[in-house]
This record gives sequence, structure tokens and C-alpha cells, in this order.
Amino acid sequence: MASPPPSPRWFAVTDPLAINPTVVAVIAAMAIATYLTKAGGLWLLTRIGVSDRVEAALEVLPGAIVVAVLGPELASGGLPEWLAGSVVAVVAWRTGNIFVALVTGVGAVIAFRAIL
Amino acid sequence: MSTTDEQTEQDVESIETAASTDDAPNAVTFDRAGIRAGFVTCLPVALGVAGYGIAFGVLADQAGLSVAEVALMSATVLAGASQIIAVELWADPIPAATVVLAVFAVNLRYSLMGAALRPWFKHLSGIRVYGSLFFMADENWALTMRDLTGGSRRGAFLLGSGLAIWVFWVASSVAGVAVGGVIDDPATFGLDFVLVATFVALAVELWDGASTAVPWAVALVTALVTTEVLAGQWHVIAGGVAAAVAEVVRRD
Repeated sequence: MASPPPSPRWFAVTDPLAINPTVVAVIAAMAIATYLTKAGGLWLLTRIGVSDRVEAALEVLPGAIVVAVLGPELASGGLPEWLAGSVVAVVAWRTGNIFVALVTGVGAVIAFRAIL
Repeated sequence: MSTTDEQTEQDVESIETAASTDDAPNAVTFDRAGIRAGFVTCLPVALGVAGYGIAFGVLADQAGLSVAEVALMSATVLAGASQIIAVELWADPIPAATVVLAVFAVNLRYSLMGAALRPWFKHLSGIRVYGSLFFMADENWALTMRDLTGGSRRGAFLLGSGLAIWVFWVASSVAGVAVGGVIDDPATFGLDFVLVATFVALAVELWDGASTAVPWAVALVTALVTTEVLAGQWHVIAGGVAAAVAEVVRRD
């Protein structure tokens, strides 16, 4: 660990297998923080138990989260994304096949971006 | 304490009873077939995720992370948006507290997503539940909700689909560092649209008639307003919580 201090690390990396202990510590903290979010919601519900009201609230969560992710994504897009999104909706609705819907949608967005 | 515990047990029992009207007890499976189904279903989506992985690898390379460090981060954190934000915040010395807090805030939505799996995961053992949750990402959570709400009862679907995401995410992150700036924009191949397309298809799948309209409208408006006011991923939490509160109020 005798690296010269004047050289900022992000210009000095040469070894692709370099492992910096500080970087590993930050990555470990990121991994723990992320796992807490992934496991925490379910863990908490199992511990505190759930009333009928909470169960009703949880039932609307999947759709609500999907809409909450989707709304701003679509709002920040333009006409090609909106049209391709409509294509995905129609194909998903008619076929019920997510793979067909995704492939058609990605094809549509490429086409609409080229045309519009 | 004991009264609280009794109350909790009663609540849990009432839910088990309510759930068992349409579920046989312990009807959720956890087997190799479920893992396989999840993995195969998720492959086309994982290919899209790889587009983001390459973008992440390129950014991480620019931030000064080595291939080994990038592989370690992708393999242990496994949360795309938060990793991209983390390497954007990267500096020398590393602002550790800021990075970890940003990662936590961006990923808070996972606690709601995980909670939404409860009707099925409550039938599974702890190690299966908490092992599977490590592999939960946006895309495979969406596919899993679609599979489970469709009545498959495949408890291993999240793990299988998550393994597909994990393999492609780690490999594409490493590839991103290696190729550097060759493909620095996922938009080139329309790959940036995969996440939106996945969620549109899922929304169609989850639409449950008029009763869905009010909570969805609340979620949509809240998310759109929040995204104008707050940076990051808070709109997801805000939209989900607002819809849940609206539903509780509506049922009273």
C-alpha cells in the first residue's frame, strides 16, 4: 500500500484485479443497506402481524408501485415512448405473453424514434 | 406484552382463514421446476438488464473502480439504479456516508415490494424467503408478482428469475468495465425501454377492474408530484404509500 498520494485514484488504476480495502468496506455497507430494504418490509410485517386493513392496503401495493414507477418514466419520455408503451399495453392485453410484448415494444420504440 | 402477542396472533389467524378460502394451506411450492420457470421467463428481461449493466460498468470504470471491485459490487448489492447513483457520487476520498444513505433511499421501495410478496411467502421457511429476497430486483419482482397473482403458486419463481438477473447483471457490469466507452448509451438498441415495457405489461396484468382505478390514480398523481419536488426514487415510496392509505380510508 505505497501508492503515491498526489495521484487521484480514479486516474491511477492500472490493475484490473485491484481490491482497495476502503472500497470493499463501502461496497459491504451498500450491500447490507440494500439487503435491509429487500428483506425489511416482509420481516417487519411478519413480526408485527397484520390487520385486515393493512392486508387491504397491501393488496393495492403491487399495482400502485408499478404505476408510481411507470408514471414519471413515461412523463419524462416523449412521443416515441408513449406510442411504444401503448403498443406494449395492447400486445400484453391481447396475447398475455410478456416476451412478445417486450420484443414488440422495444422494436416499436426503435422504429418510432427513427421516424418521429 | 402478552396482550399484544395475542392480538397479533389473532390477526395472523384471521388472515390465514381469509386466505385459505381460496388457497389450500401451504399450497405454495418451492422446487427446481419453479426456479427453472423463473429463470427461463426472466431471460429476455435479463438481457435488457444487461444493457444497464454495461452502462453501469462504463460509469464505474470512469469512477476508478477495478473489474474485481465492480464484480463484487454487482454480485453483493444487486440493485441497478442505486449502484449507478453510487458510482456517480464516487470520489477520492469516498463519501461513504453519502453513498450508503443514497443507496438506502433509492432502494427503500424494495421494502414495499417485499411486503407485497407476503400472501405467498408466508407459507415458506425463513431461509427460502430471506434467501430469495436477496435476489429481488425491480424486473424480476414484476415478473414474480405477475406469475403469483396468476395463480401459479411457484414460491421459487423469485429466486429463479433473480438468478437470471444476477448472472446477467454481474457479467454485463464486468463487460461494461472491459469495453469502456464502446456502448455507452443503452438507448442505441432500445434497451433503455425494457424497464418501461416490463412495467406497462405488468400494469395490464395487474389491472383488476374499477376497484383498481382509485388507488392507481392516487399512486400516479402522487408519484408525478413527488418526482417534481424530490430527486431520487422517493416517488415510488410516496406513490405506494399514498395508494395504500387511500385504500384503507376508502374501505372505512
